Amino acid sequence: MSRAAGKAVVVAGLGKSYRVGRRGYRPNSVVEAATERLRHPLRRAVYEEFRALDDVSFEVPWGEAVGIVGRNGAGKSTLLKLLTRITAPTRGRIELAGRIGSLLEVGTGFHPELTGRENIFLSGSLLGMNRGEIRRQFDSIVDFSGVEKFLDTPVKRYSSGMYVRLAFAVAAHLETEILAIDEVLAVGDAEFQAKSLAKMRDVAKDGRTVLYVSHQMQTVTALCTSALYLERGRLEYYGGVDGALERYRASFATFAAAQSDASRRAGTGELRAQAVRLSEESYEPAEDKLIEIDLDANPAMIGHYFVSVHLNDDNGVVVVQCDSRNVGVWLDPATPQSVTLSISDLWLKPGRYTVDVFVCKTGILDSWEGAAVFEVLPVSPYPELAGDEAMSVGTVLSDFSYRVDPASSAGAS
Amino acid sequence: MNREDLVLSTGARHGRGAAASARSGARRTRVTVITPPGRFSLPRWSELWEAREVAYRFAQRDVLLRYRQTAVGVAWVVLQPLASAGIFAIVFGQVADLSSDGVPYFVFSYMGMLAWNLFNNVLGRSAPSLVSNQSLVSKVFFPRMIVPLSSAASVLLDFFVALVLGVVLLVVYGINPGWPVLLVPVWVVLVVLFSAGLGLAASALQVKYRDVGYILPWLTQILLYASPVAYAVSEVPDNLRGLFNANPLTWMLGMFRWSLLGLDQPPLWQIGGFAIAAVVVFYVGALFFQSWERNFADVI
Repeated sequence: MSRAAGKAVVVAGLGKSYRVGRRGYRPNSVVEAATERLRHPLRRAVYEEFRALDDVSFEVPWGEAVGIVGRNGAGKSTLLKLLTRITAPTRGRIELAGRIGSLLEVGTGFHPELTGRENIFLSGSLLGMNRGEIRRQFDSIVDFSGVEKFLDTPVKRYSSGMYVRLAFAVAAHLETEILAIDEVLAVGDAEFQAKSLAKMRDVAKDGRTVLYVSHQMQTVTALCTSALYLERGRLEYYGGVDGALERYRASFATFAAAQSDASRRAGTGELRAQAVRLSEESYEPAEDKLIEIDLDANPAMIGHYFVSVHLNDDNGVVVVQCDSRNVGVWLDPATPQSVTLSISDLWLKPGRYTVDVFVCKTGILDSWEGAAVFEVLPVSPYPELAGDEAMSVGTVLSDFSYRVDPASSAGAS
Repeated sequence: MNREDLVLSTGARHGRGAAASARSGARRTRVTVITPPGRFSLPRWSELWEAREVAYRFAQRDVLLRYRQTAVGVAWVVLQPLASAGIFAIVFGQVADLSSDGVPYFVFSYMGMLAWNLFNNVLGRSAPSLVSNQSLVSKVFFPRMIVPLSSAASVLLDFFVALVLGVVLLVVYGINPGWPVLLVPVWVVLVVLFSAGLGLAASALQVKYRDVGYILPWLTQILLYASPVAYAVSEVPDNLRGLFNANPLTWMLGMFRWSLLGLDQPPLWQIGGFAIAAVVVFYVGALFFQSWERNFADVI
């Protein structure tokens, strides 16, 4: 009957272009547009075209959970927006063999002034459920979120955790045949995340199809049965999760390699970093980290400059910003410099970290992202071994201690 | 041509596993085909109908929000037209001493305000609706037309409350409009169509040009004085009468006053003209809206 008969999603030659920057004049109001039109009645605007997505074709069978991975700006979110009909494609064709429910943010349609109950109905209907479905699932939604006591309280009085749990609970009960999710599983505490992930896995087991965009490799591995890898708007790989993630990891290396070529880096280029070296390739969590930076000279430059080093974890979170202004270090551009940054008393969690180096004066002279990479070894810096669970949440570790004062039974302070 | 279409097909889907085939066996499988938008597309009324639950929830939200955390709540609905009718009665009826076709000036201008507010509020609330819901427009799909249309629903509620007070006023002043009162629902439908059509076009335009948000209140303010809301057409000098008679809002006010105050029936061409204008304006507004709809998320 239809090409999509055996498939949940069929995408053929899909492309989306955005007009970026009109060359020359750009009107911002009706009056401006009108006067411009009057002055140059025949001129057609010339736009620069940016292809956010180009010639993407793939087919997804039923019951599959597909991860969509790629670097920032690769077109992942655009693809999801096209599939969910939020925006229209410029080229190509999509066939969806069922209703599609989308979860592009937590709390779609939630209004702070409405009560939890009212928001369940509002958000549910927006996500594509009809009244009967919401009624049927209502108890289950409330149960999943764990906010039954506050159902008749406006959600503006909710704690952020309650808000997110309720919002996700609504979304998790979508009964559409296809579900598109954009990195929203990463909400709530660890327990709630695990619960959400399990729920999503059930969706796929139920024979429905899940499309999941994420930066977090762990959740893609945990949830997905296959994966798409996008690079600069093109589909580079579609197949097993491992293959896609391998491509994704490799892209970091390619990016870092490209960045080591100073002329391809951002920044004015008045003065650039020559080399960035680490004292070790891997560290133990509590060890001091030494980063050595060689800098060029530019005698023509007036005034002193400073450097700022960022450490990013695997999820792209900036863990620490070591700005030399904070410690009163300004550098003279007249001669080449070599500086050594020493980071102590920072306990990093085990994992992979990248180092970004920025050379700045009033603006950014050199922006070297991914200048170095190091690994923090999976050992515990703490005196007692308490298992992974005792270190699983949080961004960093720390040198903490507890002082225990047994409360006296007399009740005196 | 409308190149975006929805294909409906019935039949079992071949899912993986027993659960999937059991689910799909009983259900109609609908294939949605998404293609680039054509230059011209007709509104998809069936899709709009399917999303009626969203429209209902939007309208409910608007109504709930407006009077939540207000001290006198729904009383605002009647205070507003009462106060404006009162001030018009004083300024036009007492100070300027205009005639009101033999009806007490207060009721005369109250009924005028009733019709005017219906028109003005539908337009005034639907026009900025897309922009004020931009987080939704850029994050989730539903027929966008629901946003401006559902904002009309809360206006209707206000209208009915004010209408009830209007009926009370008629009883107090001992006015019996007679059988034409039965036509009020028809007039209401026409006014809503007329103003919603304008509202649809304005809301689509405002997505790209926020100027609409500044121009529209100013235009309607001028229109309020240019239409016989607070005065009778009979007070308009003959040399300007033609201009006033060309204003569809004059026809609308005439129809309302005929039905609610028992004044003279407006000429048939005005009634027919308003009916045609309402349908045409609504349809054109919907078409305009539709042709811009699929770019909303990109420009909002």
